[in-house]
Amino acid sequence: MEANTRSTGRLPAAFLTPGSSSFMDFLSEHQPELLPGKRSLPPVKGVIEAPHGTTIVAVTFPGGVVLAGDRRATMGNVIAQRDIEKVFPADEYSAVGIAGTAGLAVEMVKLFQLELEHFEKVEGAQLSLEGKANRLSTMIRSNLGMAMQGLAVVPLFAGYDVDREKGRIFSYDVTGGRSEEHGYAATGSGSIFARGAMKKLFRDDLSEAEATTLVVQALYDAADDDSATGGPDVARRIYPIVTVITDDGFRRLTEDEASVIARSVLERRLEQPDGPRASLL
Amino acid sequence: MSTPFYVSPQQAMADRAEYARKGIARGRSLVVLQYADGIVFVGENPSRALHKFSEIYDRIGFAAAGKYNEYENLRIGGVRYADLRGYTYDRDDVTARGLANVYAQTLGTIFSSVGEKPYEVELVVAEVGETAEGDQIYRLPHDGSIVDEHGSVAVGGNAEQISGYLDQRHRDGMTLAEALKLAVQSLSRDTNGSEREIPAERLEVAVLDRTRPQKRKFKRIGGRQLSRLLEAGGAETASEAEADSGGDVE
Repeated sequence: MEANTRSTGRLPAAFLTPGSSSFMDFLSEHQPELLPGKRSLPPVKGVIEAPHGTTIVAVTFPGGVVLAGDRRATMGNVIAQRDIEKVFPADEYSAVGIAGTAGLAVEMVKLFQLELEHFEKVEGAQLSLEGKANRLSTMIRSNLGMAMQGLAVVPLFAGYDVDREKGRIFSYDVTGGRSEEHGYAATGSGSIFARGAMKKLFRDDLSEAEATTLVVQALYDAADDDSATGGPDVARRIYPIVTVITDDGFRRLTEDEASVIARSVLERRLEQPDGPRASLL
Repeated sequence: MSTPFYVSPQQAMADRAEYARKGIARGRSLVVLQYADGIVFVGENPSRALHKFSEIYDRIGFAAAGKYNEYENLRIGGVRYADLRGYTYDRDDVTARGLANVYAQTLGTIFSSVGEKPYEVELVVAEVGETAEGDQIYRLPHDGSIVDEHGSVAVGGNAEQISGYLDQRHRDGMTLAEALKLAVQSLSRDTNGSEREIPAERLEVAVLDRTRPQKRKFKRIGGRQLSRLLEAGGAETASEAEADSGGDVE
């Protein structure tokens, strides 16, 4: 019966086999070649030139979390794209920002979104935030072969934990190692500078509006010192992507909202190029 | 080994159809109706955990009457089919027509293969369009045929009587509250013509709402929102119903 399932046009047996609620598990049984981690790599010498995404930052505030990213993709010393989008909703209560090889990262995000949606549809309930973070860990780990050839993907995952009623941030390394960050986190080439800025500006009692300003400040500082990170481009109207996740769910700031924040930061920097000063003691 | 008796193909098929129909008739009926902003699914379901309606994809919903484990299997198969197709091509390339075809082939093959017991299920696959003209509703009986339905459809035990009732009363452009009221009326009529009351907590209601801003248009309706809608439909003031159904699409 099952030998000729294809010829009858009916759903193949794998589709009707009860089992895992994971789309990735289903793919690995039914069509493993579609999984990014299952592709065999041809041996390459040297570094593969491909667009790389750069800085992603996240900040928690009471009641939620903000995740933001700059808009630049670079390929060596060339700006590959000025308006790339690197922050995506993962589902209603979480978002993922990506740094690293853009092509692979976007595919990873697409599969991650599908993984969460698939689970939700099959089970009728959402995964826990930890569960989501762990799934992403698995996906990064399956990309290890590529990462060793210089095609790493290092995302930042942020979400609102509906059980604990707070925003949480998870950062990753290339091997899929996952760690929860408290307060703020950054990934990508400009992350060192962004983290420095956030370290000095972060407080526990930020409002949502202050948190969104803080991430734009941090991205500005990253762009200031890292050539691969793009600052707000007023001439082309390209501003950072800023997303907020609260108990109302995921929301991406409109271009107008983002431009208001970016312009106010820019305005102040015209007088004070290094940005706000923290007190010495 | 006993000598098999000769059974004519007609008789064999008629027996299998009879078997499947009886199985389906044991379950409670459910109805799927078009309304101004989309498609509403209404059924009597005492269970909160085992759903009769569910989301397959962005614009596609699934309803089933009959044996739970069999339609649950088909539902998950459909979700896998849709997600795989959307992943391989694009989200727009997942259509109710494609899914209905796969279901029809699956049910048809199972129905006519001697080695398998026919599935005791009847499915509805519905897709909400950008406008009411773009809405699609397909009914898939146990034998693998596809019926393209418009306006309203009923499946399950008392389906014929209910769809007769609905056909006479359903019209295009009903509000959600009106459609819901009609659906509940049709479901509360027994085979012998008498009426009974179905309490709100025994109703399972879901919509495919084209006005939802999200990509995924499927939404379950329950609790306070459901009782509010049922009251609005009961009041029968078109303007109130309009305001109410407009208010909950946020």
